[in-house]
Amino acid sequence: MADNETVNEGRRGALKCMAWAGTGVVWGLAGGLPVGLGALDAEAATRAAPATPFTFVQVSDSHIGFAKPVNPDARATFREAVAKIRALPDRPAFIVHTGDVSQLSKDQEFDDADQIIKEAGLPVFHVPGEHDVLDDGAGKAFLARYGKDVDGGARGAGWYSFDHAGVHFVALVNVLNLKAGGLGSLGTEQLAWLKADLHARSASTPIVVLAHIPLWSVYPDWGWGTDDGAQALKLLARFGSVTVLNGHIHQVLQKVEGRVAFHTARSTAFPQPAPGQGPSPGPMKVPAEQLRSVLGVRQVDFVRAGQALAVIDTPLA
Amino acid sequence: MLQQAFASPRALAVALALVLGTGAGAGAALAAIPAAPPATASAPVVTIGNFTFGPMTITVPVGARVTWVNADDVPHTVVAVDNSFRSKPIDSDERFTFTFAKPGVYSYFCSLHPRMVGKVIVKRP
Ligand SMILES: [Cu+2]
Repeated sequence: MADNETVNEGRRGALKCMAWAGTGVVWGLAGGLPVGLGALDAEAATRAAPATPFTFVQVSDSHIGFAKPVNPDARATFREAVAKIRALPDRPAFIVHTGDVSQLSKDQEFDDADQIIKEAGLPVFHVPGEHDVLDDGAGKAFLARYGKDVDGGARGAGWYSFDHAGVHFVALVNVLNLKAGGLGSLGTEQLAWLKADLHARSASTPIVVLAHIPLWSVYPDWGWGTDDGAQALKLLARFGSVTVLNGHIHQVLQKVEGRVAFHTARSTAFPQPAPGQGPSPGPMKVPAEQLRSVLGVRQVDFVRAGQALAVIDTPLA
Repeated sequence: MLQQAFASPRALAVALALVLGTGAGAGAALAAIPAAPPATASAPVVTIGNFTFGPMTITVPVGARVTWVNADDVPHTVVAVDNSFRSKPIDSDERFTFTFAKPGVYSYFCSLHPRMVGKVIVKRP
């Protein structure tokens, strides 16, 4: 596996160079400024917490229906991820799924994903990935199933927002109406909605943004970015704490820009190579015994008084 | 900073080595497709591999039946920019065929991975 080692070494070097933090690093926000926290600092922050902190979980890219040598059963690994959520000592308030629920937008795939995630016994919020809008109606099946806000009403192509314990969550859709040669796209209608949605919020409201494709340019050559993502970020610029949670690239990457922290999550189905470290962004083959070390779930902790936020990525094994 | 990180000669060398290494694998996978139609001038085949249409541009006579075969581990689509044709998702080892009845230049892309683009030039014989 000499090739594999080359990849890994290149990957480490690249990550260091880009100042992206690696797996399992805890990030916090203190006074609006992101700081990397060691495990002990994170503990101290937890002790200082007011009585109403909460936790939620992000899962992504379950690709139910995917069955290739790298992972012959994406249902099984998704079920393991849900079991991990169920076993968390602090019960999360809800789960967010940042897209590519299914492999091919088939009813059976969505049904199976729903059955599995239901085992967590928690509310679930979804945003679609490009694999979820492959039905003849270009996303109608997904929208009918998941594209609703908390009041049950669907907006636009499925974008919505909700509030939980003083935190404002915005769920965006950037996988529809993609243009030849382009990247992910939000579109003018959604950006106008976002502007109106954020208008009434005070700058001290912590904001969490959910979207499948990264909103920042991770690696445009592989389509890892959103053409009009910068316009959304401009609308978010006045807020003191913004956390952007994405999927799509099947690996943990983190970046902090001003008061905005970007995080991509692991898949529960299969890994993809680090940016540019392979011939294409297709599934990365790893030895079977290593698969679960590159799949995982993410826990996000809010500690309101200090505006502290901790993102903890845990592999399946 | 990101672009510079990958413009380093070492990173490029690694990427190149991987391209060459996997190119051979993709070819082998394609050869293993049992019912792949033989490519002819009036029935050319475009192979989708490593998120690329190969060849990216083909020139065919009016009436040609063009077939796209997906040799990747992920589904792709073939969608005309002017919407004159549109495939369903083409999963691994599946194919999509379209007959070009009129001359013209047809630009197309993959709606899942829009950086994937290609062109069919249809000429009168
Ligand atoms: Cu594609």
